[in-house]
Amino acid sequence: MNRRDLLKTLGVASGAALVSRPAAGQHAAPYAGDTVGVLVDTTKCMGCRMCEVACAQANGLPEPETDVDLSTLRSTSPTQWSVVNRMETERGPVNVKRQCMHCLQPACASACLTNAMHRTGEGAVIWRESKCMGCRFCMVSCPFDVPKFEYDSANPKIQKCVMCWERLEEGKQPACVENCPFGCLEFGRRSELLDIARARIYAEPDKYVHHIYGEHEAGGTAFLYLSSDPFEQLGFRTDIGTTAYPVYTKEFLYAVPLVLTLVPPFLLAVSKARRGDAEEPEEGGGES
Amino acid sequence: MTTIPIAGHRAGLRSEVGRFVRFLLQELKPKGKILTPFNVVTGIIVAVAAVLLAIRFTRGLGAITNLSQDYPWGLWIGFDVITGVAFAGGAYVITFMVYILGMEKYHPIVRVTVLNGFLAYVFYAGALLLDLGKPWNVINPVIGNSFGVSSVLFLVAWHFMLYMMAELVEFSPAVAEWLGWRRVRKVLMGMTLGAVIFGITLSTLHQSGLGALYLMARDKVHPLWYSEFIPILFLVSSVFAGLSMVIFEGSITHRVFRHRVGPVLKASHDSIQLGLARICAGAMFVYLVLQLLVFVHGQRWEHLGTGWGAWYLLELVGFVAIPAFMFTESHRSGSVRLLRYAAVLTLVGIVLNRLNISVIGFKWYAAVRYVPSWQEIWVTLAVISAEIWVFRWVVNRMPVLDFALGHGTRSEPEHDSVRSVA
Repeated sequence: MNRRDLLKTLGVASGAALVSRPAAGQHAAPYAGDTVGVLVDTTKCMGCRMCEVACAQANGLPEPETDVDLSTLRSTSPTQWSVVNRMETERGPVNVKRQCMHCLQPACASACLTNAMHRTGEGAVIWRESKCMGCRFCMVSCPFDVPKFEYDSANPKIQKCVMCWERLEEGKQPACVENCPFGCLEFGRRSELLDIARARIYAEPDKYVHHIYGEHEAGGTAFLYLSSDPFEQLGFRTDIGTTAYPVYTKEFLYAVPLVLTLVPPFLLAVSKARRGDAEEPEEGGGES
Repeated sequence: MTTIPIAGHRAGLRSEVGRFVRFLLQELKPKGKILTPFNVVTGIIVAVAAVLLAIRFTRGLGAITNLSQDYPWGLWIGFDVITGVAFAGGAYVITFMVYILGMEKYHPIVRVTVLNGFLAYVFYAGALLLDLGKPWNVINPVIGNSFGVSSVLFLVAWHFMLYMMAELVEFSPAVAEWLGWRRVRKVLMGMTLGAVIFGITLSTLHQSGLGALYLMARDKVHPLWYSEFIPILFLVSSVFAGLSMVIFEGSITHRVFRHRVGPVLKASHDSIQLGLARICAGAMFVYLVLQLLVFVHGQRWEHLGTGWGAWYLLELVGFVAIPAFMFTESHRSGSVRLLRYAAVLTLVGIVLNRLNISVIGFKWYAAVRYVPSWQEIWVTLAVISAEIWVFRWVVNRMPVLDFALGHGTRSEPEHDSVRSVA
């Protein structure tokens, strides 16, 4: 645990202590301060796309097209934060819901120079319009290519799944989870979801690949996936590694204060030493 | 200069101000023929770009650019900002050489280099505004309501801003001389060393910072160009990118603004360029060794046999190693012509390198590749044209090229009579 995590934990702990007072309102978010997530069991998905419809309704997005061939690969878009694709694997077709993975240490949030991309206490990665300047560095940095930009708008937004964070604050579940008729999606504390996922793998070791996608990918994500087929066949990037993405720029950023404080005195010293005692004229010989 | 106040002169403040305003109005006017071929061509470019930008700001970026969800950054970032800032690196290198190391030989080109650097930042930062989805929020990371301190871009943005101020301070004595403000000039002069030191520090950080922007795009940039050493490679290459630009721009400026070049610079111009060639060559060999280390360290052999490998070798051999040898040879033989060719090749190499990371090799696996639209190229040309206009305006009025080192003989009025071109 490094210093930053420690501080974060302390902050979270003190925050939790405050929240747990009985004075806290009845409607306080039940998961405040705890990382929540969604477990996607792709073996259960029938491809009904109820999650797509629920997502659109909950977030004020246009109704998804009804006449869609699931086997044509779609990606999320500015008007659709969640899509279901039918992937051909060795064992036949598998339906996979895709949306923002909600990283525990999001690349987009660390890339954002205005804190418009922000990870809430519960773990939803949200976008705040009033702060965003539309530089799209979040899109460059996101290992999952999730943030989408409205190229056809004069006042464009970044569009992505926000895990229905406003619903979470009301104590509700994300719309997609609530409307999944096949129990393919499950919402809860991330640690508990991992237990459930492991239990399923242990219970049916032949059915599942022994890997929970999102447990370690990019330092861990709030969305977790179970699959009966290797994840690359489901269209997931498996070369992402387990390092949290902000770590990749950490060394560079650590060097900044060092350079800022050490280089100027060094330059001054060199320039003074070079001049020595000889009184050389300043730039342009000073005033004539 | 017409407005230098005579000590003890009791003319009223009003007439003084009036004279100052008349002087400014006089200076704002073009100094030469307006309908030159250059003016007509660049004028058309800028006028059409204004229409294109009106479309862009009313209908969104998608209306005139080929940017997509897969390619959020295109030519405007990859060339205008990332390549442009590398080209502007000459200012921090030259000020380092002159003010810190005391290489007085290069003093006569300090002003023109700093002016170029300053204008490059102003116009390329301007190009950045064109690319922002919500440019009116550009102030957010500055006014403190949203400090994204963990962002490399936050660092780069702040450094752009601070560095522009540092360069303005470095250049300001020339403005004071133009206005005839002797006391102000003296004060500004005293700030030069501080601004230089601050500017060099900022430059090392944001030149490398531009490379660090791609550290989180590690799975998107082609492995021949991605490495954790991108920041260092960007910093080292900005040295010879900047100096090559100084050579290139100096060669043109020296011819076009011949009437504005002072005697000191006139006498030492070739020798300065030969000296710069040698420094360029040195920095390029360091860069090549670094690239070789990165190549070995990154175990990139497997990629060499591909088309990308050939492209990579073309960049490093054709546009770094060969011009480096040309620079060395030019210094040995004293051939100014050779080093100018070398500078052009080097600049092409920098364009290739920056674009290979930001555009060409970015999402090299994508099914649909990004190719800039003609409008993106057009606007880029307009940014360059506008920058040249301002540069020309300043050079034709302020003591930029006729700065005589160590003497008070700058800006004698007789230079004004031979102004033309602009």
